[in-house]
Amino acid sequence: MSILVGKETRLVVQGITGRDGGFHARQMIAYGTKVVAGVTPGKGGAKTEDGVPVFDSVADAVAATGADTSVIYVPASFAADAVCEAADAGIGLVVCISEGIPVRDMVRALPFLRERGTRLIGPNSPGVISPGLAKVGIMPGEIHRQGRVGVISRSGTLTYEIVHHLSQSGFGQSTCIGIGGDPIVGTNLLDAMSLFAADEGTDAVVLIGEIGGNDEELAARMIRDGYPKRVAAFIAGRTAPPGKRMGHAGAIIAGGAGTAEGKIAAFKEVGVEVADTPAQIVDIVRRVTG
Amino acid sequence: MKIHESDARAIFTRFGLPVPPSRLVADPRAAEAAAEELGCPVVVKAQVLVGGRGKAGGVKLASSPREAGEKAGTILGMEIKGLAVEKVLVARAVDIVKEFYAAMVFDRVTRRPMMMVSPSGGVDIEEVARTAPERILKLPLNPEGGLMPFQTRRLTSFLTGDRAVAKQIGAVLQALYDAFMGVDASLAEINPLVLSQDGTVWAIDAKINIDDNGLFRHPEIEALRDTADEDPGETAAREAGLSFVKLDGSIGCVVNGAGLAMATMDMIKHYGAEPANFLDIGGSSSPDKVLAAMRIILRDPSVKAILINIFGGITRCDDVAMGLIEAKKRLGLDVPLVVRLTGTNAREAGELLAGTDLIGAETMDEAVKGAIAAARG
Repeated sequence: MSILVGKETRLVVQGITGRDGGFHARQMIAYGTKVVAGVTPGKGGAKTEDGVPVFDSVADAVAATGADTSVIYVPASFAADAVCEAADAGIGLVVCISEGIPVRDMVRALPFLRERGTRLIGPNSPGVISPGLAKVGIMPGEIHRQGRVGVISRSGTLTYEIVHHLSQSGFGQSTCIGIGGDPIVGTNLLDAMSLFAADEGTDAVVLIGEIGGNDEELAARMIRDGYPKRVAAFIAGRTAPPGKRMGHAGAIIAGGAGTAEGKIAAFKEVGVEVADTPAQIVDIVRRVTG
Repeated sequence: MKIHESDARAIFTRFGLPVPPSRLVADPRAAEAAAEELGCPVVVKAQVLVGGRGKAGGVKLASSPREAGEKAGTILGMEIKGLAVEKVLVARAVDIVKEFYAAMVFDRVTRRPMMMVSPSGGVDIEEVARTAPERILKLPLNPEGGLMPFQTRRLTSFLTGDRAVAKQIGAVLQALYDAFMGVDASLAEINPLVLSQDGTVWAIDAKINIDDNGLFRHPEIEALRDTADEDPGETAAREAGLSFVKLDGSIGCVVNGAGLAMATMDMIKHYGAEPANFLDIGGSSSPDKVLAAMRIILRDPSVKAILINIFGGITRCDDVAMGLIEAKKRLGLDVPLVVRLTGTNAREAGELLAGTDLIGAETMDEAVKGAIAAARG
């Protein structure tokens, strides 16, 4: 079992003729994802080297191929529009890889998506993978293993690091969701936890958080109020100075709020173990699932 | 990006907020002339990109042009939190009866623009939030409909019972919303918004932070960037398209991805040393970016070892390896380099680095311990 993406996913790649879109479309096909269409305005009618038909609009792609999921690799200044276009074409799940989208564009896009019942993952997300079934994003597929641990993360490469440890120790993953490093994202930590809560194929959930905002504190409250899965956590940014943006637009300690200490304390208070290093996640997962 | 009060005032004025007239000057004589022109009393305010200017003595009232010149002379020589005051703002003073607070931010929880107001203005709002949270009203807004009349009434009635004042504040809040959305701000704050003796409302301070991701739409604001509060390495990094934050330790870090970069710093601390920096070389990184990153780290004389931690996905390890070889050749590296490259094209990277004196490591733990040992010599 998995959530969000699986064998049945029919994927359209927005920005497929671009450098990143083209490269990752091929990687996703190689992984076994059903990439049924690509979209680049003005290039409709073409085919990619891998034989994927290209359309001028998402609506055209959906009409011709029955695509139900979209992944976005377009430049930041066009990305919010691409997200809305997908939603308007009836796409149910949009995964936005693009980084650097203005917050104003995102807050305007979100109500538009809600009206159409579309779920957004990201922006600034490495994507979603259900190992062995489908990969929608940029993560290296080969480090993943099919299994029963769910992973939710605000980061890309740190997730790879932790997933690598999990896989090597025999803990496969049901689904890994990169929710994105921006302050405003379509699916936040709590939304992603709710998705795993209802998944019979997931026994434990690994939360990879970082400084900034208070999602982790709210997650701790959700766990206290009764969360059906076992949880292990890691928080990045214990050594981050206040007031400085640490790469991710959302990773900043502002006005004394959003510190790693606060998040770690919130988790510990509700009995969730927090790993000191990425490798230690494995020991915690072993304990909570054992 | 932070901008100066004088620039924020100009943006507020453009959007119709009532801001007292002011002049930006760099010497006492010009301050005196400005005070003469504006009419006294005036307030002389240090223009530096840090908070707490008032407490540091960087804001002073003057009742005559001569006094304005003297006050400007004192403030212009000052250093506030390590930043030299190079310019002061001379603004016409307002006879204050009451001080309010008003600000716009994006709320991460409701994922909407949010207005915050408080009748406790003129003080540190974080202090109010701690000691009297009931004195702050926060209202998430609809990003399409904007500030609606019923919301304006709710916000203004939280601040005052006087209908004439409420009407003026309502107009201020609408203009504040327009300014915030109009310039892609991440924060637009008036503290304080004041009621004057003659019954008029004024924004006597202005603070705007711009969303870095929105700057491409506002080249005129990008041009206002002041790098005085940045480490020179941070300025160089931004120009090279890297994300860098200077820290105080001795282990330089080159990492791909913000989360992994933070986790690397945290692990250095966990094993008993201190990181010299945060540095994310980003996604599809070229050898040039790696070279730029090495150059920036080597500016810092306290760096005793450099740790390269790459988990290749979109980033190719062989690109990073080529950048390292180039750096070795061109920069005359004399600090030890501990390298951990895994993921996409790691094998090719290993072959490239085989003949060099770089210290290889298999895991992140091993790399961090190796870098700490190398730094201690």
